Amino acid sequence: MMLFKLSIKNIARSIKDYAIYFFTLILGVAIFYIFNAIESQTVMMNVSSSTYEIIDLMNSMLSGVSVFVAFILGFLIIYANRFLMKRRNKEFGIYLTLGMSKRKVSLILFFETLIVGCISLVIGLVLGTALSQVMSLLVANMFEAKMTEFEFVFSTSACIKTLIYFSVMYVLVMIFNTYNVSRCRLIDLLNANKKSEKIKMKNPWLCVIIFIISVCVLGYAYFCVTAGVTDMQTADKILIPIALGAVSTFFIFWSLSGLLLKIFMSMKNVYYKGLNSFILRQFSSKINTTVFSMTIICLMLFFTICILSSAISIRNSMTSNLEQMAPVDIQLNKKMDLPVNSGYSEAVIEDSKISVSETLDRLGFDTDKYFKDVLEFDIYASNDILVRDTLGDYYAEVSKQFPYLAYDAAESFIKVSDYNKVAKLYGLGQIHLDSNEYVIIADFDSWIDIRNQSLEKGTPINLNGFTLTPKYDECKDGFIYMASNHINTGIFIVPDEVLEGVSRESELLVANYKANTDEERQEIEDMIVATGNSAYASNTDIEASTKLSLYEGSIGLGAMITFIGLYLGIVFLIASAAILALKELSESTDNKERFRMLRKIGTDEKMLNRALFRQIGIFFIFPLVLAVIHSIFGIKFCTYILETFGKGELVKSIIMTAGIIVFIYGGYFLITYFASKNIIKER
Amino acid sequence: MESILKIYNVEKYYGSRSSLTKAIDNISFEASKGEFVAIMGASGSGKTTLLNCISTIDRVTSGHIFIGGEDITKLKGNNLNKFRREELGFIFQDFNLLDTLTAYENIALALSIQNVSASEIARRVNKVAKELDIKDVLKKYPYQMSGGQKQRVASARAIITDPKLILADEPTGALDSKSAKMLLERFAYLNKELEATILMVTHDAFTASYASRVIFIKDGKIFNELVRGNDSRKEFFDKIIDVVTLLGGDLNDAL
Repeated sequence: MMLFKLSIKNIARSIKDYAIYFFTLILGVAIFYIFNAIESQTVMMNVSSSTYEIIDLMNSMLSGVSVFVAFILGFLIIYANRFLMKRRNKEFGIYLTLGMSKRKVSLILFFETLIVGCISLVIGLVLGTALSQVMSLLVANMFEAKMTEFEFVFSTSACIKTLIYFSVMYVLVMIFNTYNVSRCRLIDLLNANKKSEKIKMKNPWLCVIIFIISVCVLGYAYFCVTAGVTDMQTADKILIPIALGAVSTFFIFWSLSGLLLKIFMSMKNVYYKGLNSFILRQFSSKINTTVFSMTIICLMLFFTICILSSAISIRNSMTSNLEQMAPVDIQLNKKMDLPVNSGYSEAVIEDSKISVSETLDRLGFDTDKYFKDVLEFDIYASNDILVRDTLGDYYAEVSKQFPYLAYDAAESFIKVSDYNKVAKLYGLGQIHLDSNEYVIIADFDSWIDIRNQSLEKGTPINLNGFTLTPKYDECKDGFIYMASNHINTGIFIVPDEVLEGVSRESELLVANYKANTDEERQEIEDMIVATGNSAYASNTDIEASTKLSLYEGSIGLGAMITFIGLYLGIVFLIASAAILALKELSESTDNKERFRMLRKIGTDEKMLNRALFRQIGIFFIFPLVLAVIHSIFGIKFCTYILETFGKGELVKSIIMTAGIIVFIYGGYFLITYFASKNIIKER
Repeated sequence: MESILKIYNVEKYYGSRSSLTKAIDNISFEASKGEFVAIMGASGSGKTTLLNCISTIDRVTSGHIFIGGEDITKLKGNNLNKFRREELGFIFQDFNLLDTLTAYENIALALSIQNVSASEIARRVNKVAKELDIKDVLKKYPYQMSGGQKQRVASARAIITDPKLILADEPTGALDSKSAKMLLERFAYLNKELEATILMVTHDAFTASYASRVIFIKDGKIFNELVRGNDSRKEFFDKIIDVVTLLGGDLNDAL
């Protein structure tokens, strides 16, 4: 019991040193709980069945990510614990000198970990439960579910899961501590504080050379993911710029520490002003040993920024896309005129000769009763005109650059009169053609770029005995097929007479429901789904995409990406900020001595605080600045990769990301500053 | 001679009413400009407390301390810091050099916190380095220097601001006898040639014998006082030893 009391007293005494550790544990527990509690919140929501499927997927992904997060947090906790133990070496030395056995010292640590663990779990869970109520609003908002009334949700399963995961982590910490105590030697413990690090001045010329090389390599990596991104056909190629970026980040930190010092030292009036020389020396003496962790922190921040801003922007752009991309309630699409030996059954081939509305009739669906604004039209395709043909001279060049695109696919055509009817319904602009002209509509950016190249050259196409030339030197923005993303790679609009006798690829029927409320729409939609059970269903190959299903799928996907992004981003952010804070605080004992000396020679308290603020500030800012520079290019790359999800709203998501970073990273900075200030304060 | 340091009836108590410790019990003395005063006493005699009070690191319970005519017991906050960095120079037993800075930067720091220009700093550091014979260690870090060099760097930092008073707390405490002798000779030089006023606390008779006056403290009170006058250092040393013997067993631990 004596040992237990000692443990409690130790914690109470070193509560200030433990502040960051405590804070991190509580935050870790809270976040772990919040994201695992989403599952039970979604169960309470009133959403459609297709949304439930996505929610199911999201929940299983979140619990998968949780395992990964648990690993990160586990490493963080062990790392943080190791720091705290190091600081207390002398204390353990005294225990051992007093004749306490190592077993007992381990026992003290065991109790300490137990107490700290229990308290942090309780506070973390309470905080998590409170915050998860706010989260439930966000969840409901994300899935656009109606919150009829506020409901207090406590997730027992998430709570138990959190308890289990963190207990395992704490047990690991205990094992680690016991191992550490059993291994250490008394003399090392007592002398632990006396070790002084040798300060090596790096060769400035070597620094300059390495700095320049690193900057060039980094520049090349930036080039690869932005301007040179088109060379990146396979996913594994992205690893090269990432590896180059990571290595050059390390060497930039390595060289910059020596370089900055050298530059400032040569600016004598700045260097010998106030405590500047002291601050810079503090910085450079530490950065020698922290280059590696700085690199890790910088890269983690970089990933955080990219993950957060991309995740948020995907969700935003997906929803805003939908308003445009799904302008009507339903679109039915059926393959037409299937050839005899196409592998389809005879019935289906027979069915492909009749129109969509007739098929609906045979399926037992009353089109007149439920549909309005009905429009039926055909899409034509001919094996005479493949993608490669429409690219003209540009094909040779582009096929070298992008060898994997489908150049042998047949192009799709639509009559200009049909298009204009669709365009009117969709709210797109009308197109007028002369008898020898064509226009391409597309909304997939990289395809637009390719097609524009050939349009600029005025590449003609030959179809059905006609020769057509482009009306515009660029693609017009537009689409025919409803989708949640911009995936229209190009559809040709040609004069009606050109398509006489050309084979039909498919027939489309677009319509709005005769309904006024969402419930009525859902009813009609359920009816359409039910036709799949009718006797005729096996005789046809008809596809439907509806506004409601696109909407649900999209908000579900958007929400899923956002939640996983938030989860990972915040955990990464906490981990990197906590490592920095701990590193900074672990030096505070040394700093305490140094600041005491400065105080003795008469430095103002204000000047000391400012020096401390700057010193910690530089440490926090340094990796952040490089991470932000990385992110500028990283986000550009992300938008390129994710462009099918649409863009725009990037500014908004970046502002949100910045907000999150300022809040968490800034919070850690302030805590570190105040904790250090407290430590250097003269008692 | 102008009096630099005046101490009037200074008292310093520790502890509560029930268990009062008088660390300094009504001490008064003066030191004039250009004097080299040593304060001797055993551990716990109150000599370090007295020095801390003079150096404004600690506050007196009652009494007044004047340095250059200014009552430092009345100073507060930033004025105190300003006074400390402009009027006082410190030399400590454990050197108190910043391990991250070179010798040059350590010395320069005393000036840079007073916002002296870089060129002026360079001029003065070089001058003082020459006087203390540390020119060749200016670029070194503390861990690369011997104890004696470190203490001379610390001394350079103390005198570079031209303080009215240099306070030294057991400056030879962490030095071997050869380095101690060398340092004390430098002190004597600074005292004679530059007219620096030095107040040194020590429990070592040999160290004290370099001073021009020795004040003995026992249990917070002045026990005796010796003035060197025209004695040689050896003669003065013998006199100090006599007083130490007189003080009895109390100072035995120091010898």
